Amino acid sequence: MIVRIIGEGQFEVPADHLEELNRLDDQLMKTVDAGDDGSFTTALQALLTSVRTAGSELPLDYLGPSDLVLPGPDATIEEVREVLGDEGLIPG
Amino acid sequence: MGLMKRFSYIFKAKASKQLDKYEDPRETLDYSYEKQLELLQKMRRGVADVATSRKRIELQAQQLQASAAKLEGQAKQAVAQNREDLAREALTRRETIAAQLGDLQVQHDQLKAEETKLIDASQRLQAKVESFRTRKETIKATYTAAEAQTKIGEAVSGISEEMGDVGMAMQRAEDKVASMQARSGALDELMASGALEDYASSGDRLQAELNRGAGSSEVELELARLKGELGGAPAKQISAPASTPSPTPTEDQR
Repeated sequence: MIVRIIGEGQFEVPADHLEELNRLDDQLMKTVDAGDDGSFTTALQALLTSVRTAGSELPLDYLGPSDLVLPGPDATIEEVREVLGDEGLIPG
Repeated sequence: MGLMKRFSYIFKAKASKQLDKYEDPRETLDYSYEKQLELLQKMRRGVADVATSRKRIELQAQQLQASAAKLEGQAKQAVAQNREDLAREALTRRETIAAQLGDLQVQHDQLKAEETKLIDASQRLQAKVESFRTRKETIKATYTAAEAQTKIGEAVSGISEEMGDVGMAMQRAEDKVASMQARSGALDELMASGALEDYASSGDRLQAELNRGAGSSEVELELARLKGELGGAPAKQISAPASTPSPTPTEDQR
């Protein structure tokens, strides 16, 4: 499974790590909904650290789409909402 | 739905828009490659823009530092002259400048961070564009259209994802530079005609007063010396002949 961290690159993460990522992702989404900047940053760091430690960075010239995409470590709730903005309500 | 999936959807949606543009998917390859080269060019200009803004801030900081050092020197001079009022004035101005310097430092660090990110991003994009160029030629040589289409899909999605990533870095840097330019423009105006110019000229007024202070104390010293000479010497000269009429006037004249 390939995960992109925006501004950092792509990581190859073992598929069995997905459950842990989903758990951290749920927590992250809650902070976005709550609009709490402090806990958003904490939750985002936890998720990114999990990707970085469980995964291995792909070479720069690797060319392929990612299965999951994550905002970079210094993203703010506002920026995330802006990205989600027009297309954030895609049903899924 | 979680944030990861939503983000991924957005990136994928952008990629598939690009793929849908042409009937012959091979055209997508060339079109996409053109876009990549354009973006690389744009990135290089972006890096240069950020560097220019950063240098401008560095220049402003140098000017402010020079002003602060001057005011510090003036404050010391004022204290030496026992002019606490002038020292206070100089230190107050230096305080204002110090606050502005602090603000500039924060802006500088932010720009520096954006610059580093842009350079990293352009290196990643450069590597991927190179890889895309090679892949593009291989795909064009592929036998079946169906096979080519799958490979094109992968390559274009991969590169457009990177381009989306880089695009966000660019946008961020542009926003930072724009707000920085507005602020440093305001500071330039301040330095050129506003309050900071006043600091300089009133700083000079401060200097003039300090000089007057220094001048007057020198005058006092000179006066005291002359008084001492005039007050002491005539008395000696008058009393000298009286007490010692002996041959020592040549020594006195030296």
